[in-house]
This record gives sequence, C-alpha cells and structure tokens, in this order.
Amino acid sequence: MLEIKNLHAGINGKEILKGINLTVNKGEVHAIMGPNGSGKSTLSSVLVGNPAFKVTEGEVIYQGKNLLELSPEDRSREGIFLSFQYPVEIPGVSMVNFMRAAVNEHHKYKGLPPVSATDFLKLMREKRSIVELDNKLAGRSVNEGFSGGEKKRNEIFQMAMLEPILAILDETDSGLDIDSLRIVATGVNKLRTPENATIVITHYQRLLDYIKPDVVHVLYNGRIIKTAGPELALELEKKGYDWLKTEAEE
Amino acid sequence: MKAEQQYIDLFTQYEDLIRQHSSAVLNAPRKQALEDFERLGFPSVKGEDYKYTDVGQAFAFNYGINLKRIDIPVNPYDVFRCDVPHLSTSLYFVVNDTFYEKRLPNVDLPEGVYIGGLKTFTELYPDVAERYYGKATSSNKDGIIALNTMLAQDGFVVYVPRDIVVKRPIQLIQIFRSDVDTMANRRVLVIMEPHSQAKLLVCDHSIDDVKFISTEVIEVFAGEGAFFDYYDLEESTESTTRFTSLHVKQEASSNVLVNGITLNNGLSRNNYYIELNGEYAESTLCGMSILDREQQVDTYTHITHAAPHCTSNELFKNVLNDHSTGVFSGRILVKEGAEKTAAFQSNRNLCATRESRMYSKPQLEIYADDVKCSHGMTTGQIDEAALFYLQSRGIPQEEARMMLSIAFTADVVDNIRLDGLKERLHNLVEKRFRGELAHCAGCRGCQ
Repeated sequence: MLEIKNLHAGINGKEILKGINLTVNKGEVHAIMGPNGSGKSTLSSVLVGNPAFKVTEGEVIYQGKNLLELSPEDRSREGIFLSFQYPVEIPGVSMVNFMRAAVNEHHKYKGLPPVSATDFLKLMREKRSIVELDNKLAGRSVNEGFSGGEKKRNEIFQMAMLEPILAILDETDSGLDIDSLRIVATGVNKLRTPENATIVITHYQRLLDYIKPDVVHVLYNGRIIKTAGPELALELEKKGYDWLKTEAEE
Repeated sequence: MKAEQQYIDLFTQYEDLIRQHSSAVLNAPRKQALEDFERLGFPSVKGEDYKYTDVGQAFAFNYGINLKRIDIPVNPYDVFRCDVPHLSTSLYFVVNDTFYEKRLPNVDLPEGVYIGGLKTFTELYPDVAERYYGKATSSNKDGIIALNTMLAQDGFVVYVPRDIVVKRPIQLIQIFRSDVDTMANRRVLVIMEPHSQAKLLVCDHSIDDVKFISTEVIEVFAGEGAFFDYYDLEESTESTTRFTSLHVKQEASSNVLVNGITLNNGLSRNNYYIELNGEYAESTLCGMSILDREQQVDTYTHITHAAPHCTSNELFKNVLNDHSTGVFSGRILVKEGAEKTAAFQSNRNLCATRESRMYSKPQLEIYADDVKCSHGMTTGQIDEAALFYLQSRGIPQEEARMMLSIAFTADVVDNIRLDGLKERLHNLVEKRFRGELAHCAGCRGCQ
C-alpha cells in the first residue's frame, strides 16, 4: 500500500529525514516510536504534503501512485488521513459545514453525487457516537474552545467520516487523560478493516496497549534504526531509547 | 477651489428651482450651508481625516443633478423583487434622490408612525421636522455635509412616536437609475421617540453602468429607552462613489445597532458619528467590506461618550483582494464625567494579495477616570495552518481559502439582530466570495 524509499526531507534548509525506508501493507498497524526531535512529525507532515517541508531525495509510492506529486487535498481524497498532533482552531467555520465540504469533495473525486442533507446528518450522528463526541461540539466552530481531549476525539471523528485507507495518528495520545485515551483508541480500533492500514506515531508505549501494532519502528536522527514486533515497544518502555542510540551510533 | 466652484455656481444659478421643488424645512438651512461650503470646501487629502480619499477629485467630474425632479421612468417594483425568505419587510424606494411615492407598501402601521418621503413629511409635520432636520449634525461640520444640505430636496423618514413598537422591519432600497452620469443628494431622518422600537435596512444599488456619486446624511435620534437597528448594505458598481455621514444621538438607556456592510462598490467613504448623551445608553457599531479590483472603502468612526455608564462596542472587518484599499480610522472620545464608560473597538483585516492596502488608525481620547476601554487592530493574511488543515481533509485550496474568508467576516454578520436578514447575509457574503455577485445583481441577488 505504502512504500517509502530513501526519503530525505527538511524544513528551512535543515535536513531532518535522512533516508527513510518503510513498507506498510494493507491490514497492518505500524508504530513509529522515537525520542523527541527524531523526525516523527516531519515524516507525517511530508506524507500528507505540508508545504512547509521540502523533500530533497527519495520517493513515496502509495497505491501505485507517486504520492509526492499529489496536492494535499488529492492525498486526502486518495484515502490518506492525518490525525494532527495539534489540531487547528478555525473560528467561524462550523464542524458541520467543514465536514459536509470535505465529504462532498471526496464524493466528487470518486464520481459520486453529493450526500443529501438528511443522509449527512445521519452520518454525522453515527460517526460521532464512535468517539462519544457531543452533539454540541459538532455544531461549534472547528476545534474552537475544545479541550485537548475533545480535539483529539474530533480528529478521530473526522477520520470516521472520511474512512481513510491509510490513517496516520501523530501523537494522538499526547495530552489525553486515560478516559479520552480509551475512547480515542477504541474509536481507531472500530475503524480498522483488513483493507486499510494505520501508522501510529507515538512517544510512549501507553497508546499501544490499546492499539496493537504489528510492527514497531524506532526513528532516530532521521533514520529508522530498528524494526521489530510489538515486543520492541515494551522493551523501549523498560529500557528507554539510549541503548538503541548507542547501537545506532556504533 | 476648482471642484467646489461648479457646485457653488450651480446652486447660485438654480437656487429658486431647488427651493421650488422642495419644502420650507429643507430650504431653511440652504443659505447657511452655502456659506459653510464656500468656507470649508471639500476636505483635503492633506488633512488627517481624508488622507486616503481624494474628495475633490471625486466631485470634480461633471454629474447631472435632477433639480427639477423629473420623473425617472422606472418602476422599482419591476426591477427589484426583494422577497426575502423569512424576512418580510415594509418596502420603500428612493430612486436617485427622490422618494418613490407612486406605490407604497400595503402595511398597517401603528397609529402616529410615519414612514415615507422626507419632503412630504416636512409638509405634514413641519414642527417635528424642523425640530430634528439637520440637528444631529450641521453643515459647518464638513464640506460634504454642507454640499448635501445645499442640494438635498427629498429623502426618507422613519418617525416612531413614544412607546410604539414597529414590529415589521422597514426596508429602504435606494437605487441609482440613469442614462447619464448622475449625482444624488440623499437624506435619511430617523426619529425614535422615547421607548419606541424599529429596525431599518437600507440597501444601495446601482442599476446602470454610468458614473454615479451620492452624498448622504443620515440622522438618527434615539430617545430615552428607544431601540433602533440600522443595517446598511451597499451592493453598487465599480463606477459608483458614495459619501455617507451617519449621525446618531442617543439618550439614556437607548440601544442602537449600526451595521454597515459593503459587498460591492466603487469608492465609498462612510462616516459614523455616534453620541451617547444619556446614562446607560448602549451602542453597537460594526461593519465589514469585501473588496477586490480597485475598490476602496474608507471608514471613519467617531464615538463620543458624553454620559456615565454607557457602553459602545465597535467591530470593523475588511477582506481585501487584488488592488483594493481599505481605510479604518476609529476615534473614541470619553468626555469628562463619563465615568463607568465601557468602550471597545476592534478592527481586523485580511489582505489576500500583496497589492491590496489597508490603513488603520485607532484613536482613544479619555478624559474620565473610571473607564474600561480597549482597542485592537490586526492586518494579516489567511492563516496557513488553518488552510492546510482544511486541505488535508480533501478541500481544494481555493475552496479552503474561501471558507476561511467567509469565516473571517462571520462575526460581523452574526451581529445582525434580525434572523432572516442574518441568514440572507451569510448567504450573500458567500455568493460574493464565490464571485456570483461580481456585479450588482439588484435585489435579485437577495433571493
């Protein structure tokens, strides 16, 4: 589904990703872990086409297409979704209008007719319940005045609405209390199918107790320095990252 | 004095004609107005208040004025069907600067209420008219007001006696209709006696592509405990220039809302003078403009707190595209003794292109000790993070930009206290951003 080959990228002329290689197949959950500043968020930003980041080398093949040539909106319509680490507040744009616009753009791309008002509200209701998001929040402006937990739940709600093929969760657990964490993780698990895949970017093992990864990668200094099964996450939890850093530097 | 001279000559030559086609109350201040105009002239770009709008140049052109009050062959009811869903209004028309008397709306107005032409009003109620006409402002205030007072022959009046509530919103459509370049000198007089209530929506339209220029003086008297809403919607053309001067005098516990929205125009200079003269009076003054091409809106506001315990809230927003220009100059004056004043001013602007220009100048002048005042100004671009967020959900960049521009102006529209109008304006603003209102659509655009 996704193949990243020797990806180099940076911001403001500073190279952050220094040759990433990663393959994700459908049905899989990959966890990308690593200390602060290792390039985790840069990787997710590059995958969704954030214009602040420049790719200098390498390629990304997604569903047989050259992903890096697609605009951010086309990547979304092709089924890529990023749950933002810091969801943006947009005063004056209501969640309803935002989601209606997004869903209809996805429909248009697939050659489907726009969704009717009643069907849309039904869809909203149904997907909202997945992350126990209050009806009142759905009527408000995008993320405006939402608590940290509400913002993250709102991300997963949007994911439920858009039904992505590849979901990237960027530090979705940060700033979450234990109840919100459970709700968010349960939501993500409900959305899993044998046809889609998930990349979970996280600092801690905590989220992985709820969302079970098939593969765990450790990103350090712009490179993946170790790839193993889910047991790696537990090991990191116990031993920290230092032993890997030493290993990598040797 | 080049631009001024043609108006002085015109007045001197046609004074009798002007008087003949007007009324005694309107004629009374003309002489003084001429003197004031000769002395003041048009405001100069060298002065601080008109730095960005060349008034003399705007008036230098040779416009026709309908001094003889010749009937304009237009039936406004044919041109406009402003049948707004959820907003049924009592609809009146001013064609250029003449009140359209031929067909008036079929409404049962509460007893004593007068809504209609200014000339007729001054003839029917000369005492009331004399007490209020030209009393919220004066021709010695600035040259454009003086010129308007010299030449105005008719206008529109809302007169609501004490304790009366006019439930049905009043709508005045002022249209420019002419085959030749034309000037209109418009007046609106609103008299709200104590504890009366009314809402007025004024829509400015131009239905021909010739050059138009208007001067307009709007006077609003809000008596003790009166409630009044004034919505001003300009949807004219690039070849339309307008100079409006709104003067509101508020007595104790009165509540006045002014919301001026420019959806399409050429050059507009809108002056707002609000005086809070009685305790616990409340004023909301807001407005917005959506500008592109070479359009310009120059907003000047002056709120005077002359009594204690009054509140004013001011919010102006501009969205600027292409080579457009926005100006905001907002002055708040808190006079000595106006303790417990609460005055808030905010001006926010979105410059979507490098070539667009926004000039903003807030001014606070406070001579009382116990007051709460604030002002804030920002001018910036579309928030890139928000833009990317919308795009990352599949919304095309152009669409996302539009959504953010619409959102930017949403709070000004939300200030509207008439639900049907609020809805309609949200809709119109969206159409404007989508380029569906590129030309004045008349009120057909409102449907």
